[in-house]
Amino acid sequence: MIKYIVKRILLAIVTIWVVATLTFFLMNMVPGGPFMAEKAISPAAQAALAAKYGLDKPLHEQYLTYMKDALHGDLGDSLKQRGRTVSGIISTKFPVSAKVGGLAVVVSLLIGVPLGCVAAYKRGKVLDSVISVVSTCGIAVPSFVICTVLMYVFGVRLRILPTLGLTGWKNYIMPVAALSFYPTAYIMRLMRSSMLDALGQDYMRTAKAKGLSQSVSIFKHALRNAILPVVTYLGPMITYTLTGSFIVEKIFTIPGLGGEFIGAITSRDYTLIMGTTIFLAAFMVVMNVVVDIVYKIIDPRIQLK
Amino acid sequence: MKKNPLSLQLDIDPEEFLPASKEEKESLVIMRESVSFWKDGFRRLRKNKVAMASLFVIIVIMFFSFIVPLFYPYSYGTQIKGANNLRPFQYSAAEQQLIDAGESVFPHVFGTDKMGRDYAIRIMVGSRISLLVGLIATAIILLIGSAYGSIAAFAGGWVDMVMMRVVDLIYTIPDVLLIVLLSFALDAPLDALANVPGFSWIKTVGHNMISIFVVFALLYWVGMARMVRSQILMLKESEYVTAARALGAGSGRIIKKHLLTNCIGTLIVTTTLQIPSSIFTESFLSFLGLGVAVPLPSLGSLCSDAINGMATFPYLLFIPAVVISLIILSFNLLGDGLRDAFDPKLKN
Repeated sequence: MIKYIVKRILLAIVTIWVVATLTFFLMNMVPGGPFMAEKAISPAAQAALAAKYGLDKPLHEQYLTYMKDALHGDLGDSLKQRGRTVSGIISTKFPVSAKVGGLAVVVSLLIGVPLGCVAAYKRGKVLDSVISVVSTCGIAVPSFVICTVLMYVFGVRLRILPTLGLTGWKNYIMPVAALSFYPTAYIMRLMRSSMLDALGQDYMRTAKAKGLSQSVSIFKHALRNAILPVVTYLGPMITYTLTGSFIVEKIFTIPGLGGEFIGAITSRDYTLIMGTTIFLAAFMVVMNVVVDIVYKIIDPRIQLK
Repeated sequence: MKKNPLSLQLDIDPEEFLPASKEEKESLVIMRESVSFWKDGFRRLRKNKVAMASLFVIIVIMFFSFIVPLFYPYSYGTQIKGANNLRPFQYSAAEQQLIDAGESVFPHVFGTDKMGRDYAIRIMVGSRISLLVGLIATAIILLIGSAYGSIAAFAGGWVDMVMMRVVDLIYTIPDVLLIVLLSFALDAPLDALANVPGFSWIKTVGHNMISIFVVFALLYWVGMARMVRSQILMLKESEYVTAARALGAGSGRIIKKHLLTNCIGTLIVTTTLQIPSSIFTESFLSFLGLGVAVPLPSLGSLCSDAINGMATFPYLLFIPAVVISLIILSFNLLGDGLRDAFDPKLKN
């Protein structure tokens, strides 16, 4: 187990390094640069800025400097937001996204898993059909549609929920609902099909024959086996929701990491792009390792290798 | 032969032991007509009402987005003077005069947008773009993904290992980053190409659109590749392949009869389910402003444009939103139906 985790972490470091290197060279290969778009700056000032941030040096030298600094935990200064460090930006923006995203993850699990189980248990009944229709429609609606419809109904028409910022608990309702909509529907579907599979297994009949109560056999035997696909899905899902959805952040004007990342890309803020990409990749890789370990805890038969 | 009077043997008519005639033999054969894989699948599909209904919806949407615009009286780019922000079935002052004069004016079924463009035709052309992106991107994904996945599965060993690590890597790179960088990078070369005769369509479609296709070709095939690889790995080890090999079947026959036929169901299903997810991605990117070039509409960019006027003109937002959800929903349901029909093992 320990050996496995060490191996995975080493592999993760390699993955993050490769992603960072690819991003660095791709980003620099593209014509244009961070200071080109600013018309107000004279060519001399542009050159001075470039010199200040070391952008005038040859590419491989820039790469080596960046990597050396990054290894020491220094992700550099933002090129566009003068006077702010990249780590500073990430550490102020990420908690905002993570709070909304974390709530969304919890909500989608709390709704998706039980409803999926109920649908499987009541297979073929009205409740099952209702849940199936809702989840099928749920995965067909793009997030920007959900966001705008919520905004229109609760923000513009009924005027019961605030539409801007994140000042009180009421502000969280719409973004969390919008963010958790798709995952909830998806988890419901996953849960229903894996639960159906589990309910048909021989050990369920054995449990019944032993005289176990309905609820014990479902929650102790079926659920534990049926939850595995949901855990697999949770890895990437948590990464995407916690690091911020650009659409949700844009529509509900939440100052989160997702919006910051897109802003950095379009304004060619090289250091911020690199910093956020490394952060996202690291998050993703760590989540994958966590999912594997959780897998092992839930199902001890799984061999980690 | 004369029978012994003391014999206990039964009296048997030798006639009954004559070999059976051809007709008699045939009457005993109980065999239905052999049903091919496709026939069987389509028969099951036809019985599935939900899948047939969604197929019908898809055909209707395709009819409206590909055929109706050809003879629709308005075009998606023309700005009608004085016809800004009309509500559905409302006419501009000039058009009202024409109607009063006894001429017939085609109604603006969904009204017009703030530039005075007929909204119905913009929706139709927008869904055409979304459908085209979905279909073309899916074709690219199918081609690259299935080739990559099957090569990895067949090669096995370290080739498989390296190929799958590459897939993991591609999973980790943020896609929006690549799309924006690519659209910057492809700007100059595509501009140059657009001036070459025969490539002027690039200007209409827009650079972003082409970079979206390139990104699909570069990034989104990984899911398909994983799927095909696991499928072939599983099939290679299955008992009936061993049985076929034991019966003396050659590799060619095994690939054709067993691997391909068993894979094709999954491939059809994954492809059909990939179409809505491609449309999903395209609408998301168009919503961000990374999609088609103006004035060409796409369902995502129509939604995005309508957000600012949401309070006064909600239908401008809701119509494209409903259409895109409907397209994705129908493809999803059709995909589910195809899965039940062609890949019964995956049911539930």
